[in-house]
Amino acid sequence: MTWRPWGGPGLLGGERSIRKEEERRRGIFTRRAAVLGALQLGAFVFLGSRLYRLQVEEGARYATLAEENRVSARLFAPPRGRVLDRNGKVVAGNRLNWRALLVAEQTADLGATLETFSRIVPLGDHERVRIEREVRRNRRFVPVILREFLTWEEMARIEVNAPDLPGISVDMGTTRIYPETEHLAHVVGYVAAPAEADAGDDPLMQLPGIRVGRAGVERHHDRILRGRAGAVQVEVNAVGRVIRELDRREGIPGQDVQISVDTELQKAVRGKIQEGTTAVLLDARNGEVLAMATKPSFDPNIFNSGVSAAQWRQWTAARTTPLINKATNGLYAPGSTFKMIVALAALEARVARPGDIVSCPGHLDFGNNRFHCHNRNGHGGMNMRTAIMASCDVYFYEMARRVGMDRIAAMGNRFGMGVDLEIELPGARRGLMPTRGWRQAQGKPWSIGDTIVHGIGQGFYQLTPLSLAVMTARLATGRAVQPHLTRAIGGRPVRGTRAEDWPSLGIPDADMRLIREAMWAVVNGGGTAGASRLPSQYGQMAGKTGTTQVRRVTREQRERGFNVSQVPREWRPHALFVAYAPHDNPLFALSVIVEHGSSGSGAAAPLARDIMVEAFQRLGPQRPGQRVAEAPR
Amino acid sequence: MIFERRLLTRDRGAGILEKLWQIPWTFVLLLCGVAAVGYVALLSAGSGNPDAYAQKHAIRFGFGLVVMLGIALVDIKLIARFAWVGYLGGLALLVLVLVYGNVGKGAQRWIDVGPVQLQPSELMKIMLVLALAAWFHRASWERIGNPLFLIPPAIAVLVPVALILKQPNLGTALITCMVGAAVFWAAGMRWWKFAIGIAATAVAAPIAYERLHDYQRARITTFLDPESDPLGAGYNIIQSKIALGSGGLWGKGFLQGTQGHLNFLPEKQTDFIFTMIAEEFGLVGALTTLTMLMLVVAFCYLVAFRSRHQFGRLLAVGLGTNYFLYVFVNVAMVTGSIPVGGVPLPLISHGGSAMLTVMLGFGLLLSAYVHRDAEMGPMRE
Repeated sequence: MTWRPWGGPGLLGGERSIRKEEERRRGIFTRRAAVLGALQLGAFVFLGSRLYRLQVEEGARYATLAEENRVSARLFAPPRGRVLDRNGKVVAGNRLNWRALLVAEQTADLGATLETFSRIVPLGDHERVRIEREVRRNRRFVPVILREFLTWEEMARIEVNAPDLPGISVDMGTTRIYPETEHLAHVVGYVAAPAEADAGDDPLMQLPGIRVGRAGVERHHDRILRGRAGAVQVEVNAVGRVIRELDRREGIPGQDVQISVDTELQKAVRGKIQEGTTAVLLDARNGEVLAMATKPSFDPNIFNSGVSAAQWRQWTAARTTPLINKATNGLYAPGSTFKMIVALAALEARVARPGDIVSCPGHLDFGNNRFHCHNRNGHGGMNMRTAIMASCDVYFYEMARRVGMDRIAAMGNRFGMGVDLEIELPGARRGLMPTRGWRQAQGKPWSIGDTIVHGIGQGFYQLTPLSLAVMTARLATGRAVQPHLTRAIGGRPVRGTRAEDWPSLGIPDADMRLIREAMWAVVNGGGTAGASRLPSQYGQMAGKTGTTQVRRVTREQRERGFNVSQVPREWRPHALFVAYAPHDNPLFALSVIVEHGSSGSGAAAPLARDIMVEAFQRLGPQRPGQRVAEAPR
Repeated sequence: MIFERRLLTRDRGAGILEKLWQIPWTFVLLLCGVAAVGYVALLSAGSGNPDAYAQKHAIRFGFGLVVMLGIALVDIKLIARFAWVGYLGGLALLVLVLVYGNVGKGAQRWIDVGPVQLQPSELMKIMLVLALAAWFHRASWERIGNPLFLIPPAIAVLVPVALILKQPNLGTALITCMVGAAVFWAAGMRWWKFAIGIAATAVAAPIAYERLHDYQRARITTFLDPESDPLGAGYNIIQSKIALGSGGLWGKGFLQGTQGHLNFLPEKQTDFIFTMIAEEFGLVGALTTLTMLMLVVAFCYLVAFRSRHQFGRLLAVGLGTNYFLYVFVNVAMVTGSIPVGGVPLPLISHGGSAMLTVMLGFGLLLSAYVHRDAEMGPMRE
């Protein structure tokens, strides 16, 4: 400012000095502009180098990221395998199901969208609660089912209103259908949404609306029926909409499972029984379950669409326990139907010979206790055959006393009682075959009096109707047949359909013959079930009655003359009958338990006979179903 | 070389044809080339459909070309005389936009002028350069050294900046400041005054940050760590970098950019058009485009160096810096080098306002070139 070579302020004069000053100003500008230009050039170089780093040096990394953006893998559920009955009839199938799905991240206001949707398809309060819960539980892009089983009209209305329903789409899925409803519910089971614990490793579990087997065969063979998830690689845009399909890997469809139950026979059996009755019919030769019926039951289709709280309460609170399969989970004392096991135990232990006579005066006194026979007047002299035939209690009190509880229990176990039968029904009970050790483990003593009571099938026994049927099949064949339901998987028969597949029980033939003869006599030789003979064209049935007390009969009642018809129903004894037929070539083994049926011979044996007749009509006299059916898909 | 042609007569009143002859058609061709790059990019942004963006872009450029050539013929002395009128007009528009403007993205930026949405802040930058060039063009080195002489132009910068901040539009306000500073610098303001100004800014910045709007703060924090909010404000930067990077050396090909066509890239036709180019045409395409834009800026400097009057020099440098800042901020933004600021890439990105104002600026630039030897009056102390 102070440097003024051309003179003082305001003395800017002369063409020359102006030009000089102009030159100077121009020089300053040129330098300044050069600096500015260089800065800007530097900035361009910086941008260029930045681009080089992004596009060349880190190009591969960003290419991967772009690919991850673009490509999305989606799973789709393969069709679930069906369950077929022994004749190839579909008892668990699939049908089309139109459903409305919601992707939470594609809607700005979830509440408003649901509100709009419910004006088109009314949503109940519990549905809203479920939807909101599922939206919370899943990631934002996982579709949540709003409503299944849409009608055509509802679907059309949703499509028309699509612009007002962001994130909502209609999708075609399949749903499980059980055409036989409650008739096969306990055997086939049902599917439902997976429980948290089931979610596990299978990626299929993340699919919306996926159903897994939660009971019965559906659960046991769930992996086989489920198949493997297919995957599709799709190109998606920024909001996740699918632009095109890039790659598709088909899933493996679930395989069909054929079970041994005959649906028509099952329905016929269910038609004959009343509430509280259970009947299990096996193919005596190989253990195939031909019918497994109990009442009441439930409609498995309800589980598919979700069970309402009220329905669930009703089922679980009911004293008749409709959800429980009493064939595998009902526990009963076997009563007199167990006497064959006591007899075999006695024979094997050589504490009695078949011809040994035990005199029955109507009771057995042991210590200070008196053990009554059902015949107050006594049967007189009884050998093993007549004791089974007449179901003499005193004879078996004596046998039990001689052989001891542990050997009885061991024999029971060999005949399939109190052991895991590995039936394909998850949750099936093994029951309880009491022993001295078991009782002592509870800190209680085991007296000989206990053993005596257990000789007639009373006491601590807790056995399932299935295990009684297995006992009968093993008595009939002498082989350790296992009960099972699976006949074929994916059209290929499973092992165990032939009698020879099962090992012998190792009981001497003479002993087995004796027992079978006695059981024949029960029905055909003037025994307790003489009124329940089969019509002659079906051959002869062998069996054993049982009546088990659910309440102690007091001395007073006994002396007045006990009459079951005078006590309330729930105090009446259970009625049992086990049977196989035909006697000379056993095909069918059956156990029947009529809760509070009062009398084995009166209630259970006639029912057993009727069921046998049905079985013969459907599956006999030719061998019951060697054919492995494969129904057309 | 076309730039070597000399003006035949230095007197005023040179004929129209004479002036047309003087127009540097190479530069006009260069602009057409840049606009053509924009056309191709916008064609891709519209998935190959010219009706989406590209057609409008071509029409706007054609209109801008006419405006530019028209202004190029206007005598530079006339322009200098009415520079302050233009400046005041720009201020008036800025006030108008605050009162009547349309709200977009939380700021009042546009006013509708017929079919065009005018963004007065864009126009203001040109008018500011004009006014400053007019203020400084006769000032001697001594006069510029006088602080009192610097106060009026400083106010001339700060008033529009304040109005733009009020919209609020932080990015454009900063760019306006820088454009003004460039003219001050080129005019010869002492460097230590600049140093003081920068130091004062450094002190004031944290205080200013406190007064920023939340979305502006979010942009700055997101810039510092884009991954901190990958689904929110950082999304744009991340997706833009992915698009750029995945383009590689040669690009994915025209219409083949997945990031752009699958809509991962936000605002691909406006602020992120450069990303689109880089994704589909790779580093080669990006650098070619960048070089063309650099040549546009370089031409401004050429005009400045060839001008015989300070007005033309300052005008050229100011306009060149203005265009440079558009390019730099936009490309730096899409490469994740500076915070996202909603700055377009004029002549390439879709949008009428920036295109028109930039073409208007180039008209002034061409006028300065055509009239580079004009007598602009004596220097004052």
